[in-house]
Amino acid sequence: MKISSRKRLNYFLIEICLIAVSLAMFLPFILAISMSFMGPTEVYSYPPKFLPSSLNFQNYLDALKLVPLGKMLWNSLIVATFITLGKLITGTLAAFAFSSFRFKGKNILFSTLFITLFLPAETVMILPLFMIMSKFGWVNTYWALIIPFTASATNTFLFRQHFMSIPQTLEDAAKIDGATPMQYFFRILIPLSGPMIAGASIINFVYAWNMYLWPLIVTMDDRMKTAQIGVKMLISAESTNNWGVIMAGTLMVAIPTLIIFFLLQDLFVKSLVSSGLKE
Amino acid sequence: MKWGKYTPYLLLIPTFLIIGIFIYWPAVNSFSLSFFKTAPFGQKKIFVGLQNYIDLFTNQTYWNAAKVTLIYVASTVVSVIILGYLIAQLLDNKIFGVKIYRTIIFVPYAISFAIGGALWVFMLNPVAGHINYFLSQITGKNINWLNQTPYALISIIVASIWKMLPFSIIFYLAGLQSISESIIDSSIIDGANTWQRMWRIKFPILSPITFYLVIMNITHSMFESFGIIDIMTKGGPLGSTTTLIYKLYQDAFFFQKTSMAATESVILFIIMSFITFLYFRFGEKKVHYQ
Repeated sequence: MKISSRKRLNYFLIEICLIAVSLAMFLPFILAISMSFMGPTEVYSYPPKFLPSSLNFQNYLDALKLVPLGKMLWNSLIVATFITLGKLITGTLAAFAFSSFRFKGKNILFSTLFITLFLPAETVMILPLFMIMSKFGWVNTYWALIIPFTASATNTFLFRQHFMSIPQTLEDAAKIDGATPMQYFFRILIPLSGPMIAGASIINFVYAWNMYLWPLIVTMDDRMKTAQIGVKMLISAESTNNWGVIMAGTLMVAIPTLIIFFLLQDLFVKSLVSSGLKE
Repeated sequence: MKWGKYTPYLLLIPTFLIIGIFIYWPAVNSFSLSFFKTAPFGQKKIFVGLQNYIDLFTNQTYWNAAKVTLIYVASTVVSVIILGYLIAQLLDNKIFGVKIYRTIIFVPYAISFAIGGALWVFMLNPVAGHINYFLSQITGKNINWLNQTPYALISIIVASIWKMLPFSIIFYLAGLQSISESIIDSSIIDGANTWQRMWRIKFPILSPITFYLVIMNITHSMFESFGIIDIMTKGGPLGSTTTLIYKLYQDAFFFQKTSMAATESVILFIIMSFITFLYFRFGEKKVHYQ
């Protein structure tokens, strides 16, 4: 009896703590959402308001007019989609090489790739990378935003780990049946990797959508910039201090990744963890 | 049995082409640029040996950026590890609504550092923001968070912790849920209380996760901090929030100090290589999953 009442108290305390933590983590979003529906006078009302008096979408329309946010969202969609596709293609192919073949120089090539695992090239090597882009004439184009990020060690290792968990007997059977490597790859490995590919796609898409420093410097024309840079432009735009408009714009940029997160949360979290903890 | 002799090489071409051109080549470029002085106009380059490094290390603003980075990285990483571990403990209970709490707590992970920064710029706004209102109600003070010296860095740190916390929680929670019941049960029989179980049993078991998180969070706060700083303070006031990566950006693209920026890249590269080395030297060995 005593234990159970103590247990109940514990659970009650945990519940309270969790509510407090959830509130702290979510409060900035709640404020942003409610602000995004407020007109300028309401935003500056004192004491500050928590809820808008009406659902007015004017701020969202204004944000789209203040900076070319529509085009920027489109750019982000293109960039994130192609980076994701590129990483899936290069990652699965390289992982197949490392998981199913023995070849000369395998260890050296593997280490060469491994070294880049924690190296965020888009930040550390930003200046020389930019110079290379100028040399290629890629500044201000989708190429510069996409191509340098279409391969990564993380994806290769993630897929390699998964491919190695697929029973060797399948590969042997395919060989006995006379399958070519690419037949085995497309008919067996890829179909067996559905959830892994889905998870990697989500993580890569969110990562690419959220890139900031590189798009900031490699695009000059406003119409080539990505949505993240749109947020910066909104904050520093002339007519600022119209926080309703800024928050509306910010939310529009956040919404795609938030939707992905809410819909595919379990898959997202699972792949994130498995990409981090390589065994 | 042997499959095509050249197939693996063909499979590796796309990956190595990309990392060769866009990681290794710029790395080599940085390195060689750091030994030259470039004239601001024209292509003239003069070999100066280690002069750029000497200039950098005798430069007060560079040391200041290093100090800011150290304070920023240390305080965010330590907070994120401790808070992340504690919150993961809370979420590891079979409790009413735990799935909803989990979803809500993870949300900041899905947005970018830049968006996180924008949300905090609003909340910290001295006129319209909610934080100052409540602060002035309680203390009577009104702080100009983003334009005053200790407060700007504090704001960046708090916003970064908020943004980075879910990452740690996700990994700790996954780790906690993979600890086998029997270990926990036997510790209960041995009379360990919750607190002892948390720090003497679970924490050591999860040490590989902690190690991984420390490394990942160091890289996040060293580099991703760029977005949050650029949105919130632009490195100011008076360089009090200028981290190494922010300084690199300013020198490279604002002040056009090409060789200085290349030298700074090399130093960041060396720091990162050292961290990577530590990870593989000590991290991989310590791994002991059930």
